[in-house]
Amino acid sequence: MKFDTPAGTNPIDRMTVVGKPTPRIDGPLKVSGAAPYAYEHHDVPGKPAYGYVLGAAVAKGTIRSIDTARAQRAPGVLAVVTYRNAGKLGKGQMNTAKLLAGPDVQHYHQAVAVVVAETFEQARSAAAMIDVDYARTDGAFDLLAAKDGAKEQGGNDAPTAVGDFQGAFASSPVQLDQNYTTPDQSHAMMEPMATIAAWEGEKLTVWTSNQMVNWSLKDLAATLQMPVENVRLISPYIGGGFGGKLFLRSDALMASLGARAAKRPVKVALQRPLMANNATHRPSTIQRIRLGCGRDGKIAAIGHESWSGDLEGGGLEVAVQQTKLLYAGANRMTAMRLAVLDLPEGNAMRAPGEAPGLMALEIAMDEMAEKLGMDPVAFRVLNDTQVDPEKPDRAFSQRNLVRCLQDGATRFGWSRRKGPGQVRDGRWLVGMGVAAAFRNNLNMKSGARVRLDGQGTVTVETDMTDIGTGTYTIMAQTAAEMLGVPLAKVVVKLGDSSFPVSAGSGGQWGANSSTAGLYAACVKLREAIVEKLGFGPGEAVFEGGQVHVGNRSADIARAAKSGEIVAEDSIEFGDLDKKFQQSTFGAHFVEAAVDRYTGEARVRRMLAVCAAGRILNPTAARSQVIGAMTMGVGGALMEELAVDKRFGFFVNHDLAGYEVPVHADIPHQEVIFIDEADDKVSPMKAKGVGELGLCGVGAAVANAVYNATGVRVRDYPITLDKYLDRLGEVA
Amino acid sequence: MTQGCGAISRRDVLKTSAAGAAIAGSLGTGSVAMAQAEPNAPPTAAVRMKVNGKQTSLTLDTRTTLLDALREHLKLTGTKKGCDHGQCGACTVIVNGRRINSCLTLAVMHEGDEVTTIEGLGTVGDLHPMQAAFVEHDGFQCGYCTPGQICSAVAVLEEIRAGIPSHVTEDIGAAPGMTTLEMRERMSGNICRCGAYSNIAEAMAQVAGVKA
Repeated sequence: MKFDTPAGTNPIDRMTVVGKPTPRIDGPLKVSGAAPYAYEHHDVPGKPAYGYVLGAAVAKGTIRSIDTARAQRAPGVLAVVTYRNAGKLGKGQMNTAKLLAGPDVQHYHQAVAVVVAETFEQARSAAAMIDVDYARTDGAFDLLAAKDGAKEQGGNDAPTAVGDFQGAFASSPVQLDQNYTTPDQSHAMMEPMATIAAWEGEKLTVWTSNQMVNWSLKDLAATLQMPVENVRLISPYIGGGFGGKLFLRSDALMASLGARAAKRPVKVALQRPLMANNATHRPSTIQRIRLGCGRDGKIAAIGHESWSGDLEGGGLEVAVQQTKLLYAGANRMTAMRLAVLDLPEGNAMRAPGEAPGLMALEIAMDEMAEKLGMDPVAFRVLNDTQVDPEKPDRAFSQRNLVRCLQDGATRFGWSRRKGPGQVRDGRWLVGMGVAAAFRNNLNMKSGARVRLDGQGTVTVETDMTDIGTGTYTIMAQTAAEMLGVPLAKVVVKLGDSSFPVSAGSGGQWGANSSTAGLYAACVKLREAIVEKLGFGPGEAVFEGGQVHVGNRSADIARAAKSGEIVAEDSIEFGDLDKKFQQSTFGAHFVEAAVDRYTGEARVRRMLAVCAAGRILNPTAARSQVIGAMTMGVGGALMEELAVDKRFGFFVNHDLAGYEVPVHADIPHQEVIFIDEADDKVSPMKAKGVGELGLCGVGAAVANAVYNATGVRVRDYPITLDKYLDRLGEVA
Repeated sequence: MTQGCGAISRRDVLKTSAAGAAIAGSLGTGSVAMAQAEPNAPPTAAVRMKVNGKQTSLTLDTRTTLLDALREHLKLTGTKKGCDHGQCGACTVIVNGRRINSCLTLAVMHEGDEVTTIEGLGTVGDLHPMQAAFVEHDGFQCGYCTPGQICSAVAVLEEIRAGIPSHVTEDIGAAPGMTTLEMRERMSGNICRCGAYSNIAEAMAQVAGVKA
């Protein structure tokens, strides 16, 4: 099905199942420990052996020699694979660095070897017996030091300019010109990268934990230099991803190589201390924001520049993305520059670009509002735009940012906010902060197959994944709505490369795109059912387990009495995203308290108001948003991969050193969804929320801390060492 | 080092009567032969535990954690390995009524212990009230930390009822209150990166019969 004109009325609009708060259909499996994650498939042929990965001990250099003799002789060891015996390997299209080092080492903890043994304990022990001699070479590990050599990129990453930014900024009566920094961050999903690999002749099956089944299927085949049709990738349950599992990673490759060498299925879970440096991370940024306003508060000039680094051949952290679209202003510029760094591979983490970009921009907006003597909500409302500010003849498909801000302000009690440092509650300084949330809506081609059997059971099959987003449930809701059957009559099978290729989970495109693909398949199935029943032409209504055309009716199961009916289709998106800017919007409100003696910062209240099209399952969507708000608190107050600039690695590479929010850090969170349906995006009229929820949260926390203390911190995370000496005298 | 530890462990294990008997019964000549052929062969020991009410007997490499004994030997993969270093709480199980990180304890230290895992709390068709409350309040997303959260949550309510104080208990001489503040503090060793904390607090409050 091609989606190239705005959706008319369709069966989803009934919203008898879609749009209803629905508990996860996979919930009972997950809460009882019965959902099998990558390392836990008990139906693998043969008894899997255990692989243990050795990571490189240098950031850059070459392997002079590897002595694996002792490891190979160690008890239980079946194989040791290094670059010397791995065979010729390619590199996946989505990977920047190779997944197996040798002889060159491209980053710290790049996989150097996998030891395969009968038991986990034996593999771990033997891995410590490998003797690697490295020739270490110098590398670039400091973004600030590399900043001046950073280069502009082309295509979508090229600088943009509209009007006369320099002139308008220079002549603006109220100006802001500030620098902000965001640190390297780690996805830190709870399930480490994990894979079981099994070969049967030339055919390879991997049970893994991956957000994008088809990307990684292709990249595994490319890396192993084998035909893609000989690889099967299965990923039904994924213990968190946040972008870290978008790509093929070393667990899958090392398990595959280990299994081939040991002639046994092999399971590998990347050890937690390897995760931060072996896998990808969100790159740090240095950002400069310039705002020029009239005394009336209208933005005349808006400029946003960002610097980030990555390995040679890597990409930018696109932190200026939202600034092209979020606020009005006739004179504008953005620019991004990329430095080559020899730190581990930078790549997408939840809301890449907008998450760090809004952490900076939305502090800048708070600062400018204060310079203007305006309320920060009113300042944002004043500078709203209903068209793409770079191309004013292009409207937004739907844009309710102002409502998010105003409804949120009312709900949160924003009018009680005082000036900086003016509210005390015992030893606590208390403040409120706001930030706009913005994330583009992306659509991806997505396919699904749907089956109806003689019992009236509907089975959905697609390689789409559920990374905690609630895919199982919204797919079941979509099929139930389209075919008029109860939710309990729908079986959803996901995450298997033998199923039709889907959009996968990333860029908050998953929910809308994958359900739209299922919608397309269901439209075909409906046609096949009507034809099978011989009901002829006329509008078919599917409801209550029945099919009605005119005055003819039948149980839906009757159509499949003589055999299963199968339909398959995909949704392909036309150019509606070119004609209309498709984005999601929100407003975050935070109340924070800072201990005036110790500087400890606590978040007391959080509210998000989101405008993201139709909300398919308010229960799961709300969870996406509160989870993102939690990650935003982490980004604001604690998360930072600390760089060892001498040796080039992230020092705090485990869950003790890389601090993320815990229960005690997070208060009750409130989420409100604006009632919307966006007919320009898909027949589902839905957009994404999973990344929107993170966008702006960090700045809302930062602004609340500022409002509490009167001390502005522009370098994330906002830890007390950066402001304690400025909290002033305590009585 | 392995060899030295091995020699001590084997001797020590054989000295204890119950474990020694089990070892004598389970170590066949094949094992002895392997030990001779491979002087570095890891020592094994037998351990008997009651897991989810069922008596189990295992002969394990003594380096095996309780977590890996459950996951890899008993195929009870409901208990998760998130970090293997006691940093995340995903491996939380209840041993003799108290929650512990099963990755930080060796299986052979649990001779005679009663271990309850997520599978022992309830099943898909017969959920424990805490499991049902997690579903009702959507107290999880990816589900990987969830078994650990639930085992912790069940044990936390018992800890508060038993009067065990926490960092946020204002008067450690008095009984701690059944409050979300107490629950949040005590649950803080169980990381949820999906960020379901607010919903978990509601699920726990419901089971505890208090207001979130």
